[in-house]
Amino acid sequence: MPDTIPENSVGLVTPQTMHFDAPLALACGRTLDSYDLIYETYGELNADKSNAILICHALSSDHHAAGYNSMDDRKPGWWETCIGPGKVIDTNHFFVVCLNNLGGCKGSTGPTSINPDNGKRYGPDFPIVTVKDWVESQARFADKLNIDTWLAVIGGSLGGMQVLQWNIDFPNRVKHAAVIAAAPKLTAQNIGFNEVARQAIMHDPDFHKGRYQDKNTLPRRGLMLARMLGHITYLSDDAMREKFGRELRQGKISYGFDVEFQVESYLRYQGESFVDRFDANTYLLMTKALDYFDPASDFNDNLSTAMSRASANFLVISFSTDWRFAPERSREIVKALQDNDHDVSYAEIDAAHGHDAFLIPIKEYLDVFGAWMGHLVKEVSV
Amino acid sequence: MSANSRQLRPDLQTICEWIQPKTRILDLGCGDGTLLAMLKTERDVNGYGLEIEVGKIVKCIQSGVNAIHADLNAGLSGFDDKAFDYVVMTQALQAVERPDRLLNDMLRVGREGIVTFPNFGHWRSRLQLFFGGHMPVTPSLPSKWFNTQNIHLCTLQDFEQLCVDNKISILQRTVVDRDHKSSLGMKLFPNLLGEVAIYRIQKQT
Repeated sequence: MPDTIPENSVGLVTPQTMHFDAPLALACGRTLDSYDLIYETYGELNADKSNAILICHALSSDHHAAGYNSMDDRKPGWWETCIGPGKVIDTNHFFVVCLNNLGGCKGSTGPTSINPDNGKRYGPDFPIVTVKDWVESQARFADKLNIDTWLAVIGGSLGGMQVLQWNIDFPNRVKHAAVIAAAPKLTAQNIGFNEVARQAIMHDPDFHKGRYQDKNTLPRRGLMLARMLGHITYLSDDAMREKFGRELRQGKISYGFDVEFQVESYLRYQGESFVDRFDANTYLLMTKALDYFDPASDFNDNLSTAMSRASANFLVISFSTDWRFAPERSREIVKALQDNDHDVSYAEIDAAHGHDAFLIPIKEYLDVFGAWMGHLVKEVSV
Repeated sequence: MSANSRQLRPDLQTICEWIQPKTRILDLGCGDGTLLAMLKTERDVNGYGLEIEVGKIVKCIQSGVNAIHADLNAGLSGFDDKAFDYVVMTQALQAVERPDRLLNDMLRVGREGIVTFPNFGHWRSRLQLFFGGHMPVTPSLPSKWFNTQNIHLCTLQDFEQLCVDNKISILQRTVVDRDHKSSLGMKLFPNLLGEVAIYRIQKQT
């Protein structure tokens, strides 16, 4: 908990909820007749609504991207590093919006919500949602805010995939696009990790085919394992070595299966704390959205064709030790943009932190991102 | 020509004159993006710069130049054949691991290539090596032999022989001094009097 809110933070923020009654047809063939989206905003929308920036969140994050919801919060929003007054995404100039995606578990309609059709919790019956569905729902959300065109759509990891999709589905509604630590589709290895995570959850005896909440229980062990596996893949080998090495908690080996190495302790802590803040069904949905994302598949598997209608000015950033969303994947995005003569700059940031680097204040990363955002400041200041 | 382009590095000024308007340019080792920024305003080109230093990419982005982080030594395999009208490389040929391979790659990716490099055959270098007996340190080659990035220095003659060996046609050549001036002497004895060589080249079909 902060004693005082730091000056470069957006401060205390209150999430808002927007209700939608127009049915949303999903890629899976099902329809959501009504739904809620929870969101936060930072900064002021200007008179001609030209300074709005949409932040798209990643797998396990949500609408709470910056600031604090209460003075009791232990930590600020997930992208406090980048969003705030005087920061790279400067709330003195921009109106920043972040919403929890459909299927989430932080206030937007998802598996933990009540299905209005039968008055029961959706649980495993919540339809599978895709990145395309999310972008459609975000566009309807923008309509309600009367934001015709986003000054920028920005996202890291799964959020970066949403940025790409925005530029495919609504190219005229995005002026600038930042795609950070993302990929145009997952590799087989990546889908493999997601599948192991899902199997861990679904094989937990407390999973009850996804109806665990109705039984007043949680698939704690499964979700914990899924998170532990995820964490290993988000960090780099170097980052783990640097952070933990082979350090022992008790200073000596005890020849047992209790926690001995610091890395074990860390992973168990990460897994356990995740269980208390995240829903297992949502985790299953989000990993599926990742796996299914492949916008080029609608364009004869040609990413360049997929990106041909885009008109935004792009920034693509990757991180050297990110092996889950490797720099090669970002270069595929850059090439597709170049093939179309789109404006794009690209930097591969030398960072030891693996995939998590996009959340960390690394100087070169913030320099590149900040230089690019500088043009947006000029645009709205004119 | 605007006042701005008169302040350009001498080789950049010549390049600006050689490039046709509204073309697609790839600038290898684009640095802070000076050339591309100039070409954008003066020639209305669509260009990308490849650069290895993030600090310089930041400068490119600040100037509104599209910069792509890349190591030229890794080649241009990410680029399709004839994807650009011109592939430009200023003062970087002598610093790459395999200038011959990169040169061929340039002309695969671009319809034409424009290359500039410091001429090691310039009289100042020759004098220092001949009379001084040491590796030349000149205004256009200011580093010492052990800390220079220029690992493949060449003369005009060397470069032109490389072009012959690789079936590359020289479409245009000019040599300038540090002030980007040319002279009758330089035209008569380019390999002796030219400090910076500028070539426009094309792969023979």
